[in-house]
Amino acid sequence: MAQPQTAAPASRGPSAKLPDERLRSWLVDMLLIREFEVRCAQAYQQAKIGGFCHLYIGQEACAVGTIATTNHDDPIITAYRDHGHALARGMDPGACMAEMFGRTTGCAKGKGGSMHMFDKPNHLYGGHGIVGAQTPLGLGLAFATKYEREVLETTDKKRVCLCYLGDGALNQGAFHEAQNLAGLLDTPVIYIVENNGYSMGTHIERGTTMAHNLAAKAAGYGIEALTIGKGIRGAKALDILEIYDQLKPFVDECREKSRPGFVDLHTYRYQGHSMSDPQKYRSKDEVESIKDRDSIAMLAAHLMNERECLTEDDYKAMQDDVKARVREAVKFAEESPIPEVEPELYADVYANPQKNLSPIRDYTQGAKNPLL
Amino acid sequence: MTITYEAPPAPTIDGADLPPREGDRVIQFREALREAMSHEMRRDKRFFLLGEEVAEYNGAYKISQGMLDEFGDKRIIDTPISENGFAGLAIGAAMYGLRPIVEFMSWSFSLVAADQILNNAPKMLYMSGGQWGCPIVFRGNDGAGGQLGSTHSWCVEGLFANVPGLKMAIPSNPYDAKGLLATSLVDDDPVFFLESERMLSDKAHVPEEQYYIPFGQARKIREGDDCTLISFGRPVNFCIEAAETLANDHDVHVDLLDMRTIRPLDIDSILASLARTNRIVVVDQSWPFGSVASEVCTQVVERGFDLLDHQPVRVNTEDVPTPYAKELEAAYLPNPGRIVDAVRDTLGV
Repeated sequence: MAQPQTAAPASRGPSAKLPDERLRSWLVDMLLIREFEVRCAQAYQQAKIGGFCHLYIGQEACAVGTIATTNHDDPIITAYRDHGHALARGMDPGACMAEMFGRTTGCAKGKGGSMHMFDKPNHLYGGHGIVGAQTPLGLGLAFATKYEREVLETTDKKRVCLCYLGDGALNQGAFHEAQNLAGLLDTPVIYIVENNGYSMGTHIERGTTMAHNLAAKAAGYGIEALTIGKGIRGAKALDILEIYDQLKPFVDECREKSRPGFVDLHTYRYQGHSMSDPQKYRSKDEVESIKDRDSIAMLAAHLMNERECLTEDDYKAMQDDVKARVREAVKFAEESPIPEVEPELYADVYANPQKNLSPIRDYTQGAKNPLL
Repeated sequence: MTITYEAPPAPTIDGADLPPREGDRVIQFREALREAMSHEMRRDKRFFLLGEEVAEYNGAYKISQGMLDEFGDKRIIDTPISENGFAGLAIGAAMYGLRPIVEFMSWSFSLVAADQILNNAPKMLYMSGGQWGCPIVFRGNDGAGGQLGSTHSWCVEGLFANVPGLKMAIPSNPYDAKGLLATSLVDDDPVFFLESERMLSDKAHVPEEQYYIPFGQARKIREGDDCTLISFGRPVNFCIEAAETLANDHDVHVDLLDMRTIRPLDIDSILASLARTNRIVVVDQSWPFGSVASEVCTQVVERGFDLLDHQPVRVNTEDVPTPYAKELEAAYLPNPGRIVDAVRDTLGV
């Protein structure tokens, strides 16, 4: 793991009050995501994972740092680069890997795949494949939390929904409709743009107006905006403490006021858009220059040098432990059963199957989802 | 479901749909729809209605008239003209455990929400491995409204019924409108509910109490041994007229079935009728290519080939965009004259 060339800025925000253990758990989560994705890439190259597979390497601080600002029962929803969010939300790595291996023990019983990580016990409402399509859904989740409190009156809890999108989704009509509705209806949905600078192979400046100031777009919908990590593709590193320190009060305020939010969260993906991306649109130097300021190495340095709650040995043990967990997840996936065509192919199409819904076959009730 | 709300138990749908009684009051199709929604909304607070002009305007077609006053603006929600946005909002809310009713002013406008209503609502249960379904009703006007031209006259049944995971109901009269909508609302799957602007003022005897017409059970409108005639939605009314003409003028007696739902499709009743008549005409107000009529004809051939004395015949709209001029539009739509001709052709009379 590369050591940071620049020292992490001393934490002065809310993260300073968090116990060491909490920050160490973030480091573990980020390491877990990194290792998990490395092993995904391997499995993909071995053709054990099929379809589209979008890796999260480089962006780990986004999922871990933003989810750290939520309560566990706040709904979250994301796009197709979703393994990181699933793991950060607490999905069992075995269930996540098994899903990509297309096994019954996967989070969606092997019916979703890499882009469709769903985890009800951890309030993760998917993994969605069509760019921007999750943004109205996130609006609906946030709307429902408010409805639950105001109409059903079954809880006093104010919840927020974190809805993630990539910078490529900024130009989808669905997102603009969702923002307008969120502003109108005072809906506590927080749109987190994981701005890695590329919409597949198109640099943000080539595809998005006002790319230098996305907050202005949110302002057009009356939505408060926050920009985090601007300049990371120049000099600064993506610092999870900065994400937490800036986002936590913002999330708290959206929650309290029941208002939407927009976060332009600058980040960088080290790998291609998907496993089949030759990356002709950017230079190796650009990628390497970012890797020198890696967010995992930064947090490790912070814990070692400033908090002094992590030794080299601890860190090594942590990395070994994560490697073992991911090895175990791969083994679990490999050894898990392949779904039976009878009945799984025809199961979960309808919650209430009826006769003659299909001319070909009757629909069935499938095996219970292992996560439930 | 994430929410802890203790929903009242869903009513039983036992197949015992009430026969329309002469003693019942006579109400309009639109009032029947409103009654079905209002009943479930009073029963269960998870239901809410959203769409364009549903609240303060009292409904573009007055279907939701008075509902804002009764249920308030947290449950009867006006939206801007953003079908993709508000359909998605409703689907997200359904995933969370609510019971949204989405009104599309016209199903023609649902096309801009196609990604949400076709990609998300019907597939959520499957792609989440059974973790989240989508109990939701999308409803609105389907079919030619009356000189509305090409873009506002969509019949979506052929297009949308292609997608597994959704159910589709299409009433032909006020009685069925109430009973089928009631069933749609309490179903746990996404239901596409197709109304018709041209029928909203139709009147019939409709019971005051809520009743639930089971899905997948066609209604026999008329008995006859000469030819099976089936349809769904508004053209059922053309079939009734055609059947009378056939009986009175040609001594031809059709076995007329109103399918009521397209998914599920009551193929059993069609085959039972076909066993007696050995002939079938299918009337469908959408385009012929890949339509519900094509599907019915295919299933008839697949399952009832030996029952047929004549090839299945379909009467669709003409295979062109919907024209504006009154005379052209009339020629474009299925009508009693074309239905009479089709039935006579199958019989050679």
